[in-house]
Amino acid sequence: MDAIILQFLNGLDKGSAYALIALGLTLIFGTLGVVNFAHGALFMIGAFCAVTVQRLLSLSYEVEVEGETDFLGNPMTTDIPYVQSWFGEAIGQGIIDWSVPLAILFAIPVMLIVGFVMERGLIQYFYKRPHADQILVTFGLAIVLQEIIKQIYGANPIPTPAPEAFRGSLDFGVWLGFDPNTIIYPYWRLVYFFFSAFIIAAVFAFLQFTTFGMVVRAGMADRETVGLLGINIDKRFTVMFGIAAAVAGLAGVMYTPINSPNYHMGMDFLVLSFVVVVVGGMGSLPGAVLAGFLLGILQSFASMNWIKDILPGIDQIIIYLVAIAILLTRPRGLLGRKGVMED
Amino acid sequence: MTKSNFTRRGVMKTGAVAGAGLALPTYLRAQESFTNNPTGDTVTLGFNVPQTGPYADEGADELRAFELAVEHLNGEGDGGMLQTFSSNALEGNGIMGKRVEFVTGDTQTKSDAARASARSMIEKDGAIMISGGSSSGVAVAVQGLCQEAGVIFMAGLTHSNDTTGKDKKANGFRHFFNAYMSAAAMAPVLEQLYGSDRNAYHLTADYTWGWTQQESIQAATEALGWTTVNNVLTPLAETDFSAYIAPVLNSGADVLVLNHYGGNMVNSLTNAVQFGLKEAQANGKQFEIVVPLYSELMARGAGQAIAGIPGSQNWDWKIENELGDRYKGTNAFVQSFGEKYGFPPSQAAHTCYAQTLLYADAVARGGSFNPCSVAEALEGYEFDGLGNGPTLYRAADHQCFKDVVVVRGKENPENEFDLVEIVEVTPAEQVTYEPDHPMFAGGALGECNPGA
Repeated sequence: MDAIILQFLNGLDKGSAYALIALGLTLIFGTLGVVNFAHGALFMIGAFCAVTVQRLLSLSYEVEVEGETDFLGNPMTTDIPYVQSWFGEAIGQGIIDWSVPLAILFAIPVMLIVGFVMERGLIQYFYKRPHADQILVTFGLAIVLQEIIKQIYGANPIPTPAPEAFRGSLDFGVWLGFDPNTIIYPYWRLVYFFFSAFIIAAVFAFLQFTTFGMVVRAGMADRETVGLLGINIDKRFTVMFGIAAAVAGLAGVMYTPINSPNYHMGMDFLVLSFVVVVVGGMGSLPGAVLAGFLLGILQSFASMNWIKDILPGIDQIIIYLVAIAILLTRPRGLLGRKGVMED
Repeated sequence: MTKSNFTRRGVMKTGAVAGAGLALPTYLRAQESFTNNPTGDTVTLGFNVPQTGPYADEGADELRAFELAVEHLNGEGDGGMLQTFSSNALEGNGIMGKRVEFVTGDTQTKSDAARASARSMIEKDGAIMISGGSSSGVAVAVQGLCQEAGVIFMAGLTHSNDTTGKDKKANGFRHFFNAYMSAAAMAPVLEQLYGSDRNAYHLTADYTWGWTQQESIQAATEALGWTTVNNVLTPLAETDFSAYIAPVLNSGADVLVLNHYGGNMVNSLTNAVQFGLKEAQANGKQFEIVVPLYSELMARGAGQAIAGIPGSQNWDWKIENELGDRYKGTNAFVQSFGEKYGFPPSQAAHTCYAQTLLYADAVARGGSFNPCSVAEALEGYEFDGLGNGPTLYRAADHQCFKDVVVVRGKENPENEFDLVEIVEVTPAEQVTYEPDHPMFAGGALGECNPGA
């Protein structure tokens, strides 16, 4: 039982990342009709926003350490971060320690701008082109973006730890009446889950309860009629692209303490996220979220040793098996709408 | 009466020449007939390293070392390890008077891409030797290609037993240590650190290196009295190991062995630390994590997570300073590398630098670029002064035997290059095995192939 609870928690956590990326993908597809293969790259850029903030906050000046030499025999130097000299050691260290949460403030405007530039600079020219063209151009863009990041930050993963206060793990089992150490779960993964839930709720609330969201929903349902009413729906859709980029970026920022970011991390999530979108139903926002969590949980369960003993390798194919099963029984996905990608 | 063209003297002359010819080694008979025989005043070496993909930083460090080695071979710079190398065959005038040039290829850490780039360097650029690489899968693939093409392969970073085990080739040589050696070196240290009554849970990368690493460390720890609770194979492409780590604490294990390398190692170790394994107690003991193969470059990615975690290395840039001049050559190399690039070299850089010098030296000692001459010069060759202490290139499998460095992650590193501390150096004798050891069985070196 404890193992099942543990894998369920793991699945929620994996599912959070899938759901956030798939939500952004679906927002773009639902509004602009673009199959955006560069969405994983947006997740990766978000993660590197956290790296950038960490590096900016850690900007230092060198101070010579008296009496000590480095490996070449030159005088040893040590780095003192500017924030430490400005605000004192304790506050300075605290600011650097909290660089990942602080990176959210940096990532939102950066990702909005990245999304805006991407949409206005390139993707708008592909609205009326076939999906195959869109996939090719966005996939190419993803490769360009990741090579730029690799050029700047290198190919190695870069450690971006969570704040000290969230580095431990929670003995969840004790709360549920199990023995100590039975169900251990890292604090930051719980933070990630609640953060994802908050972002998902915020996106839905924005679409549901604001006039802007109402117009966007109307545009998603019938773009032509909304246009006839004198509303510039394209402008709103551009904003939605920026919001989708920001959602992917924030998912990336908060993911950095879970796995050290590297330039390839977007590609690792991209294919899975597309499967999530297809399983959830192309163009369905609730479908993307539901499928994200569902597939995350199933993937975690499939990693359990006793399941792998019966079906070796099942952990690697479970998502695709489910996708096949769903598409055979419900061709539009779990919550897919009629007419989407069916022309 | 018929007049014969044969005279006694003529027959004797012809017989003597033919006999001498037959008595010569095959490679000398075909002295001028081998792949990419350098005829001008330059010789081209091919450095096949990952320039893109997840190991690109490791590949970049290998390339730096290769460039430095070429510089030193051509008599430029401060000479580096040429000053400490036990052989005096290299004089800083290139290789046998031919200036050394090089071409590079990108393995992308993919076997097919690595073979294609090696083939291109051999066929288009005339490379006479191929070196480099950061993966055993790639090394085995490129080694096979070099054997077919008739050029020497001086392996870069490859740690699978198979490279000089079941997949060994007469044209291939490995300076780097292997999984068996890591396990043999680590076992006594693990016993000293954690005792002989432990239950180990293995997470293993599902490819040639992971399998041989797991097999080796399992055998070595079980010989200590440890029990293996489970071995779970993890996909090479996995990035989040939480689903594999989560069951460990309830499995009855009190040690987690991560048979992972590179990005896998960074992620699995980070995940294990997040799940509190470093602080946990199991079976009344402190829970421990072991990473049999360390990579300093990748360890940077794990940050604080590597503190206190034991592992093994082929070499460490601090070894001569800490353990004396048995490891001479280290400081000379670190000085050259550090002055040129501004930071100390990785073990990947070191092995590539050493392999380039060893190849050049073998050519010089054998007096020929013929791969079979080079192979003969390297086989059974004992040398010193390249940073690892006295070393033997064993003839039976083309594997180097030398001391193995056991390290652990430093608790308070002073900088990003000072992530590990040397715990112990295990002497070469303790990590030496018979050529027909079961973990290396199943292959044969075969015959050296000079190619064209």
